[in-house]
Amino acid sequence: MAQPLVKKDDDRDDEAEYSPFLGIEKGAVLQEARIFNDPQLDPRRCSQVITRLLYLLNQGESFTKIEATEVFFAVTKLFQSKDIGLRRMVYLMIKELSPSADEVIIVTSSLMRDMNSKTDMYRANAIRVLCRITDGALLTQIERYLKQAIVDKNPVVASAALVSGIHLLQTNPEIVKRWSNEVQEAVQSRAALVQFHALALLHQIRQNDRLAVSKLVTSLTRGTVRSPLAQCLLIRYASQVIKESSNMQTGDRPFYDYLEGCLRHKAEMVIFEAARAITELSGVTSRELTPAITVLQLFLSSSKPVLRFAAVRTLNKVAMTHPMAVTNCNIDMESLISDQNRSIATLAITTLLKTGNESSIDRLMKQITNFMSDIADEFKIVVVEAIRSLCLKFPLKYRSLMNFLSNILREEGGFEYKKAIVDSIVILIRDIPDAKESGLMHLCEFIEDCEFTYLSTQILHFLGIEGPKTSDPSKYIRYIYNRVILENATVRASAVSTLAKFGAMVDALKPRIFVLLRRCLFDSDDEDFALDDCYLSLHSGVRDRATLYLNTLGGDGTVVETDKDVKDFLFGSLDVPLVNLETSLKNYEPSEEPFDFSSVPREVKSQPIAEKKAPGKKPTGLGAPPPGPTAAIDAYEKLLSSIPEFSSFGKLFKSSAPVELTEAETEYAVNVVKHIFDKHVVFQYNCTNTIPEQMLENVIVIVDTSEAEEFSEVASKPLRSLPYDTPGQTFVAFEKPEGVPAVGKFSNMLRFIVKEVDPSTGEAEDDGVEDEYQLEDLEVVAADYMLKVGVSNFKNAWDSMDPDIERVDEYGLGPRESLAEAVSAVISLLGMQPCEGTESIPSNSRSHTCLLSGVYIGNVKVLVRLSFGIDAQREVAMKLAVTSDDEAVSDAIHEIVASG
Amino acid sequence: DLCPSVKNILLLDSEGKRVAVKYYTDDWPTNSAKLAFEKSVFTKTQKTNARTEALLAMHDMEYLLVQIAWLAEITLFENNIIIYKFVQDLHLFVTGSEDENELILSTVLQGFFDAVALLLRNNVDKREALENLDLILLCLDEIVDGGMILETDASVIAGKVATNILDAGAPLSEQTISQALATAREHLTRSLLK
Repeated sequence: MAQPLVKKDDDRDDEAEYSPFLGIEKGAVLQEARIFNDPQLDPRRCSQVITRLLYLLNQGESFTKIEATEVFFAVTKLFQSKDIGLRRMVYLMIKELSPSADEVIIVTSSLMRDMNSKTDMYRANAIRVLCRITDGALLTQIERYLKQAIVDKNPVVASAALVSGIHLLQTNPEIVKRWSNEVQEAVQSRAALVQFHALALLHQIRQNDRLAVSKLVTSLTRGTVRSPLAQCLLIRYASQVIKESSNMQTGDRPFYDYLEGCLRHKAEMVIFEAARAITELSGVTSRELTPAITVLQLFLSSSKPVLRFAAVRTLNKVAMTHPMAVTNCNIDMESLISDQNRSIATLAITTLLKTGNESSIDRLMKQITNFMSDIADEFKIVVVEAIRSLCLKFPLKYRSLMNFLSNILREEGGFEYKKAIVDSIVILIRDIPDAKESGLMHLCEFIEDCEFTYLSTQILHFLGIEGPKTSDPSKYIRYIYNRVILENATVRASAVSTLAKFGAMVDALKPRIFVLLRRCLFDSDDEDFALDDCYLSLHSGVRDRATLYLNTLGGDGTVVETDKDVKDFLFGSLDVPLVNLETSLKNYEPSEEPFDFSSVPREVKSQPIAEKKAPGKKPTGLGAPPPGPTAAIDAYEKLLSSIPEFSSFGKLFKSSAPVELTEAETEYAVNVVKHIFDKHVVFQYNCTNTIPEQMLENVIVIVDTSEAEEFSEVASKPLRSLPYDTPGQTFVAFEKPEGVPAVGKFSNMLRFIVKEVDPSTGEAEDDGVEDEYQLEDLEVVAADYMLKVGVSNFKNAWDSMDPDIERVDEYGLGPRESLAEAVSAVISLLGMQPCEGTESIPSNSRSHTCLLSGVYIGNVKVLVRLSFGIDAQREVAMKLAVTSDDEAVSDAIHEIVASG
Repeated sequence: DLCPSVKNILLLDSEGKRVAVKYYTDDWPTNSAKLAFEKSVFTKTQKTNARTEALLAMHDMEYLLVQIAWLAEITLFENNIIIYKFVQDLHLFVTGSEDENELILSTVLQGFFDAVALLLRNNVDKREALENLDLILLCLDEIVDGGMILETDASVIAGKVATNILDAGAPLSEQTISQALATAREHLTRSLLK
C-alpha cells in the first residue's frame, strides 16, 4: 500500500477516472477482512484491507452492529503482528469503530502493553486510543500510567496523554483533576506543544477557581511561553481575568502591558490574538486601542488573504463602537474594495460605511455600485444593512442612498436580498419624513415588475397605510389598480384592500375608488383560472373583498357605518399573535358555544434558541415580529390543570422562562418556572439528579417567604422519586392578594431522602437518609405580571388611548456601559414587547426612542414610549411615557422604573 | 471553552466528492448533513478556483511550485470560518467557529498541506492521495485529536506518519523531511523572484 516512491507515470492522464477504490463494495471488503484471522499474517495486505474499510467508513458507509463486531474482533487479532505500519492502522480502525464496553475489554490488555512499550510511537498512540474508548472504571486502572505519560520525556507521548486528559475531563472530571501536579510540571516543558496542551488542561481543571487562574496567568505572563499556540491561549486567559476583575478595578488595567507586549511577538497568530483581545476589552480607551489598530492596519496590506481577512473583520467590529479609531485605516480599507477575495471586500465596504463621514458617502456609493454586481446575495444583504444604518446616521444624505437602494432593487436578486432592500426602504420612509414620497414611488415602481408575491402584498399593505397621508395620494392609485388587473389572485386581493384604504382616508378619491372597486366585482374571468381550484377560491376572494369594501365604505348605497368603525375595520390590527389564534382555532370543537376570542393566549412566545443565535438579524421592516412556538405554554397549562391542588386557581396568566437555581455541573440541577395566576403563584421546580449512584425520594422545596410578605404558601406537591438523569418536577403554590402585582424574594432549600444505588444492578437500597441542598434565591418581579403582547402599528394604538391616562416623567439612569445596554435593561425590567424593531439601536447613537407594548395583570393593555439620551460621560437620561386602559397601571409602571 | 479548536478538515476532489474527511464536532450529526455542508462549501468556493486555474495556466511551466506558493483563501460561511486551498484536483478545507483566530486555523491547513506534500513527494493530486489514503488518514490523525490541535509542524507530522513506512525500505527521517521542505521552499522563492 504505502509506496510514496512510485514515480509519476507519464501516461496516467489517459485514465483520469482511475481510483484504487473503483467499484469497491462493502460486502466484498468485509470478506477480505477474514485474512486478519490467518495464522500467518501478511502485514501489507492487512494494512490495505484496513485502508479499504476506512475508506468505506469515510465515504459515509455504515456497518451494522454485527458487521462492526465482526470486524472489531478480526482487527484485535492483528495485535499479534509486530509490523509498525500495520499497528498504526489498527489503532485508527479501533477508534473509528468506537467499540462497546464489552468489546473494549478485549483490547484493553493489548493496548495497555503498548502503553508501556519502549517505542514512543506505540505509547503515544495506545494512550490516545485507550482514552478514546475507555469508561470511568477502566480509567482508574490506567490512571497511574497516564500520570507518568504526562511527564514523559518524549513530547509526543506527553501531548497524547494531555490531550486525552482534556477529552476525559468532560466525562470523568474527578479523576483528571487528580493529575494537576503532573500537568503543572508539564506546563514547564521545553517542548512547545506539550506546554500548549498542558496549559489548556491545567486551565480547564482550575477554571472554576478564579484565584488560581489569576495566579497561573500572572506567573506565566512573566515567564517564558514557547509555543505561539500556548501564547494565544494565555492571551485568552488573561483577557478573561481582565473581564472578571474589571468591576473592582481602579486605575490601570491589569495585564494590558502584557497584551501590548504580545503585539511585538514574532508569530502573526499571537500578534493578531493580542490585537483582537485589546479591541474586545470592555470600555477600551482610544489610547489602549491605538497600538492594536496599528498592527491590524499593517495586516490589511499583507499578501496573505487570511491575514487581511482577520484584520478587516476585527476592524469592522471595532468600527461599530469606535468608528473614529478606525478612520486612520480608511485608505488601506478602500484599496480592499477591489480585493480578489469577496469576503474581504465586503467587510472592507461595510467598515467604510460605518466609519464614513457625510462628505465621503457619494464617492463610496460609486465604488460600491461597481462591486455589487459580482458578489453573492448574502454579501449584498450585509451591504444593504450597512447602507440603511448609514442613512439613519446621515439623514441629509437620504437622496443618494435611497437612489442606490432603488437601483439595486431593479437588478437581479433572490428573495432574501430583495426583502432586505424593501425593508430598508420602508425603515427609511418611516424614520426620515423627507424620504417618504420618493421611497413610496420606488416601491410602486418595484411592484410593477416584482416576481415575489409576498413582497408585493406587503408593499401594497404598507402603501395603504402611508400612501393616503401623502400630499398627493392620487398618484399611487394607478400603480395599485394595475396590480388588480395584472397580478395573481393573492396580489389582486391585497390591491383591492389597499384601494379601499385610500377610499376610507381620502374623501376626494372616494368616487374614483368606487368605480375601481365596482370593476373588481366583474373580476370573474374564470377561464384563466379554471384549471386550478386553488386559484379559483382565492380568485373569488378578490370579488368578496371588493363587495365587502363597497358595503363598508357605503359605495352601494347601503347603510354607511360610522367613520370610526370603517377605519377600525380597515386598519385595526389583530391583537393576538396569529400562531396562538391558529392553535386555539385548531383546538376549538364546533359546538353550541361560539369560539371565544378572548380565550386566545396573547403572549408572544420567545423565539427558539436556534433562531436567537442567528447573527445579524436586524429590525424587520415589514410584517409583525416572527411568531414563536406556543407549545410551552400549552404544555404548562395542561400540566398544571392536571394537578388537583391547582385546578381551582383559574386561568394561567403567564409562565416565566426557566430560572436556574443551581450552577452548572452541580450534583443536582434545579431550575424554576414561575406560573402567575390572578390570586396565586405556582413555582414549578424542574429537578435533575446527576449522580448515577443515587436515587432521591420525596423531593420537595422548602420555601422561606420572610422577604415576600404578601405571599403565603397554600399547597405543595412533592416529587415521589428522582432517579439518575431523569428530570422530574415538584411544585409549591402561594396565595397572594388578588390582581396585585406583589413582588418578593424567596429562598429555597431542596429537601429529599437519598438512597444509594448499586450501579451494576441499578437497584436502590431500602434505607435512605434525609438530606438538604441549598438552592439559590428566587425573585418574583414586576415583569412577571406583564405579558409581551405586540401591536402592529404602535402610533395608531397609542393615539387610540385616552390621553388623560398618559403619565410622563423623567429619570436619570446614571453611567451605563452603552446606550444599547441601558435600553435593554429597561426593556427587561418591564418585561414588555418591543415594537417596530425599536429594541435595536444603530451603533454610536446618542439618543434613541423605544416603543413597548404589553398586557398587565388584570388584562390591562399598556403602551410605553421610552426616549433615551447618553452624554460623553455615558450618563443616561430617560423620559418615560406610559399609557394604558387604567391609570393605576400607568402609575404602577412608573413605580417599577422608579424602584428598579 | 477558550481553547482553539477545529470543527473539521476536508479533502475533496475537483467535483466536490470526498477523498478523505474528518469531523470533530456534532455540528453536522448525520452523513447527509456532512455531505450537504461539503457540497455548499465546495460550491461557494468555486469562484476562487476559477481564478486559481487562470493563474496556473499563466505559470504553466512552474505550476507545481506556484501551487505550493498559493496562499490559503478564507471565507465566512454559516457562522463558520473556512480556510481553503486548492492544489491540482484536490481541495483542502479547515473549518472553525466564527470566533476562532483565523491564523490558527490557517496554520492547521498549512501543516496538513505541507505534510501531505512531503509524504506524497510533492505529487499532490487526487490519484496519488487515493493511492496513499493510509498516509492521508494517519496525517489527519496526527494533526487534530477530537478538535484539539495536536501538531502543526509539517515535518513533525510527516515524520510521525512516516515511521509507518520505515520498514518499507524508504527511510524518511526527520532530517530528510526538513531538507525536502527546505528545498521546496527554496525553489519556490526563486521562482517567485523571477
